[in-house]
Amino acid sequence: MKTRVQALCGVTTLILVTLLLGCNKPAETSQSNTPGKFQGVIKIGEFASLTGKEAAFGISSHNGTQLAIDELNAAGGALGKELKLLTEDDQSKAGEPATVVRKLITRENVIAILGEVASSRSLEAAPICQQNKIPMISPSSTNPRVTEIGDYIFRVCFIDPFQGTVMANFAKNTLKAKNIAILTDVKADYSMGLAKFFKERLIADGGKVVAEQSYSGGDKDFKAQLTSIKASNPEGLFIPGYYTEVGLILGQAKELGIKFPMFGGDGWESTKLMEIAGPAAEGMYFSTHYSPELDAPLAKTFVQKYQAKFKEAPDAMAALGYDSALILVEAIKKAGSTEGAKIRDALASTKDFVGVTGTTTIDAQRNVSKPAVILTIKEGKFKYVETIAP
Amino acid sequence: MLEFLQQLINGLALGSIYALIALGYTMVYGVLRFINFAHSDVFMVGAFCGYYASKVGSRFLASGTVTAAIVVFLMSMVVCALLGILIERLAYRPLRERSKLTVLITAIGVSLLMEFTGQLVFGADPKSFRLLPSKNLQIFGGLVFNTNQVVVLGVTVLLLVVLQMIVLKTKMGTAMRAVSYNHRAAALMGINIDVVISFTFGLGSALAAAAGILYAISYPSIDPLMGVMPGLKAFVAAVLGGVGSIPGAAIGGVLIGIIETLVSGYVSSTYRDAIAFGVLILILLFKPTGLLGQPTVEKV
Repeated sequence: MKTRVQALCGVTTLILVTLLLGCNKPAETSQSNTPGKFQGVIKIGEFASLTGKEAAFGISSHNGTQLAIDELNAAGGALGKELKLLTEDDQSKAGEPATVVRKLITRENVIAILGEVASSRSLEAAPICQQNKIPMISPSSTNPRVTEIGDYIFRVCFIDPFQGTVMANFAKNTLKAKNIAILTDVKADYSMGLAKFFKERLIADGGKVVAEQSYSGGDKDFKAQLTSIKASNPEGLFIPGYYTEVGLILGQAKELGIKFPMFGGDGWESTKLMEIAGPAAEGMYFSTHYSPELDAPLAKTFVQKYQAKFKEAPDAMAALGYDSALILVEAIKKAGSTEGAKIRDALASTKDFVGVTGTTTIDAQRNVSKPAVILTIKEGKFKYVETIAP
Repeated sequence: MLEFLQQLINGLALGSIYALIALGYTMVYGVLRFINFAHSDVFMVGAFCGYYASKVGSRFLASGTVTAAIVVFLMSMVVCALLGILIERLAYRPLRERSKLTVLITAIGVSLLMEFTGQLVFGADPKSFRLLPSKNLQIFGGLVFNTNQVVVLGVTVLLLVVLQMIVLKTKMGTAMRAVSYNHRAAALMGINIDVVISFTFGLGSALAAAAGILYAISYPSIDPLMGVMPGLKAFVAAVLGGVGSIPGAAIGGVLIGIIETLVSGYVSSTYRDAIAFGVLILILLFKPTGLLGQPTVEKV
């Protein structure tokens, strides 16, 4: 009996220790600077998909954000205080963003929230930030509904009506394709929105949607949908999805002997896409926010710094994460305060801010208009094709 | 017509994987009369074993060759067989004389334990796993077969035949059937029940490992929660075919695969699972024991 009690105590301690360690880990990501240099800290919350289906996006975005915060701290922080980034992982799961953002606001008392890449998850967190009057900046959620939630919600990337137009024009002008099929992820607001705007533009320009099929994020088998798309003989297939599924879709399309070109949006941009799809990804196109090949001086130094720190080239999510942190801190400095309402007003008046992804001016709808770039996949790497201005 | 035939091929390839997983459910049910929910996670571990085995193996054998693939299959099947035996020994055997509900809930616990340990150990982000290079084969001017689909179908049929031989022709198979019929009587006849049950778990888990690798060949993106949906579908397949019946599990698996593919292709992928599970309800309404299940008589 005694041994059993001892064993129980042992197990309980073990569980407690694991829990404590598990809880502490995500919060301790920012590096502490030399003490005495700063008077106090400014806590900035971030929620990102560090694990799960869209982990590659969450990690890139987080790396970019962290890089910006570290640099800002090295340059003296803001308002004489040290900036501290508290990051929470939402596991790419629906339901988690609400929990972790609530935790960041009520328990950690963060003064602003940065996040997420996926529109569905930004849409989940936005009402909570709005209610608590905490400014939120989404680095790369492109669904227009995100900023419609309220006047505390901002973004620093272009929105899907623009991205849809860009890809519809691309299909018409570059691919010379009129009959297009669309394959949408019904679980993602991003995918549904982008498909809708693409379709509107395509039809307005005299194109035709010959097949519309759908899948649910997390699916693995797309052969049924692809077979019926193939039977409708399109000249191109638009897939506004995320890289995990798109990678499988491209691979399976090749297995079915599909030859027409496939293209999509910024949800494609991860090297995981090439890993999963293999050679099937060659020659496909997608639109995104940024390319490391672009020649702007600021972008160049960013690429160097990012590469030195993370040993890989930054993607659009990293660049937007970086810009979102810079813009937030700029607003804090301008407001001269960490009060939610003052930061909000300062953010809303952001004008001609030069960042890595171009010039950011926040409009009355708290959106920005920025150029889009089109990339293609060549020999397992992203290659810059063209920039399309808004 | 061509499109319909292509959809049938797609469905058959998907269904044969469901069938392989369903076999594990059905065998354990046949012998122990309980559903081993951790089976779908052994399937996941099988895929990851294959992933790591092929990584290590690529140092010794040229990757992408048939020999390397066979080695990967065998290694993963052995590891999972041992894992299955271990799970039974640690989690289920101490509860064998308890009520079925206790074991069932333990099985769900083991399943969750494996899924989340998997997230810790393997990482939660999907990994890409390519075992064999694939090539397309065209027949009848337009119908496309992929070499991977041929491998999946071939391995499934082979394993089904081997399994049926083991159950019907070997001494161990006879013992399994005896235990399934009445384990007390079997024990009285001198059959070592523990050995038979361990063997059943080992065999079922080896099949799950094979299914895991076949699944990864068809869908080269594996993650620790990859077993959840296929496991559920395979469970439905086992019930559909008549739980406890090996040919039933095979037929059930293929049926579910084809129904899913046809619904996604012709109706909408949103209704795919609803219709697949709806079919299950319909069949159970009219044939409660499943397609090939034997009606059991409860004796008082």
